[in-house]
Amino acid sequence: MSKFKKKKGGEIPAVNTASLPDIVFMLLFFFMVVTVLRDSSLMVKNTLPKGDQVEKLKKDRSIFIYAGKPGPGYDKYGTEGIIQIGDKITNIGNIKFALEGLRQKLLPSLKDKVVVALKVDGETNTGLVSDIKEELRELNMVKIIYITTPGTELQN
Amino acid sequence: MARRATPEVNAGSMADIAFLLLIFFLVTTTIEKDKGIARQLPPKQEEDVPPPPLKEKNIFIVNVNKDNQLLVEEQLMDLEDLRQAAIDFLDNGGAPSGSPEHCNYCQGPRDTRSSDNPKKAVISVQNDRLTSYKTYISVQNELVAAYNFLRNRESTRLFGWNFTEVKNAINEGNYNGNEDAAWEQLKQIQELFPLNLSEAEPKKRGE
Repeated sequence: MSKFKKKKGGEIPAVNTASLPDIVFMLLFFFMVVTVLRDSSLMVKNTLPKGDQVEKLKKDRSIFIYAGKPGPGYDKYGTEGIIQIGDKITNIGNIKFALEGLRQKLLPSLKDKVVVALKVDGETNTGLVSDIKEELRELNMVKIIYITTPGTELQN
Repeated sequence: MARRATPEVNAGSMADIAFLLLIFFLVTTTIEKDKGIARQLPPKQEEDVPPPPLKEKNIFIVNVNKDNQLLVEEQLMDLEDLRQAAIDFLDNGGAPSGSPEHCNYCQGPRDTRSSDNPKKAVISVQNDRLTSYKTYISVQNELVAAYNFLRNRESTRLFGWNFTEVKNAINEGNYNGNEDAAWEQLKQIQELFPLNLSEAEPKKRGE
C-alpha cells in the first residue's frame, strides 16, 4: 500500500500565472492607444438632443463647434447661449477666424471635404444655430452634421 | 572573495502594477462615437435672385413657434404624427397618369390637392429664433425618417435590400459586394425621393 501512497496524485496543480502580466499589458496597451484625452474642456452645457436617423461622423475631417448656455463656473459669460470653438469662447463675428485656423490643421487632402460637427445643447435657441449656419455658408463649409445621442426624438 | 550573483528581481508584482494602469485607462477611456444628422447647407447666393417657381400644392410647410408647437399645413400637429404626414405628402403622386409628372412608383392617395411627384415635393421648415434646439432636431429627425422610410420601401421593391443599411455599411467600409454598383443604385433611389428640405430664415423672436 505504501507504494501507492508515495504517488503524488489527487492534488490539482496550480494554474500557471506567468503569462498573466503579458495579457494584462496587452489590454493596457490597447486602452492606451484608444484613449483620447480630451484636449478642450467644455465651458458650455452640452446635453445633446436625441435622434435615431443618424449617420456616423468621419473624425479625420471634422471640426467641432460647441454651443449652449455657459456651464457651471463660467457664469461670467452671462446666461444666454454662447459658442465654443477649440477651448475658447467665441462670438459670432470671430467664428470665421477660428474655423479657418482649425481648417489649416487638417490634412491637405481633406481640406475640401471638411465636415462641421455641431454639438449644441438641447436647451439652446434655434436662432443661435442659424447664425452659426449663416457664417458657415459664407465660409463655404456647407457640410454639417448635428451631433445627437442615441434615442428616439419623442423622448426629447 | 567571490562576488555574489545579483539576486533576481521579483517580478511577482508586475501584474499588479499593470492592473493598476489598466484600470486607470479603462476608467478614463471614452470611446467617442459621434453620430448625427448630416445635412448640406445651401451655398451662398446673390441677394436678388428670384426664388424658383413652385406650385403651392408641392410645398409642405412645417412651422414651429417659440413654444415648440408645430403647425403643419395650417393645422396644429403633434410630433408623433409628423412622420406619417410627411410620408403621405411625399408619396402622394397627385399628377394624373399620362402627364409628364406622373409618379408610377407612388403608393399614396393620389390627391390632386397635394404634391404631384416626390421629385417636385418640397418640405419647408420655418422656425422661430426662440424654438428650442431639441424641437428643431426632432422635426429634422422626423422628416429625414420619412424620406428614409420611402427610400427603404423603394430599394426593397427594386433591389431587395434596405437603403439605410447599405448606405451605412458603405460609409463604414464594411459592405461586402460591389461597392460601386451599390453606390449607383443608392443614387438611383435618391433620385426617386430627393431630399428637398428647405429652411426659411428664422423669424425674429415671438413674431
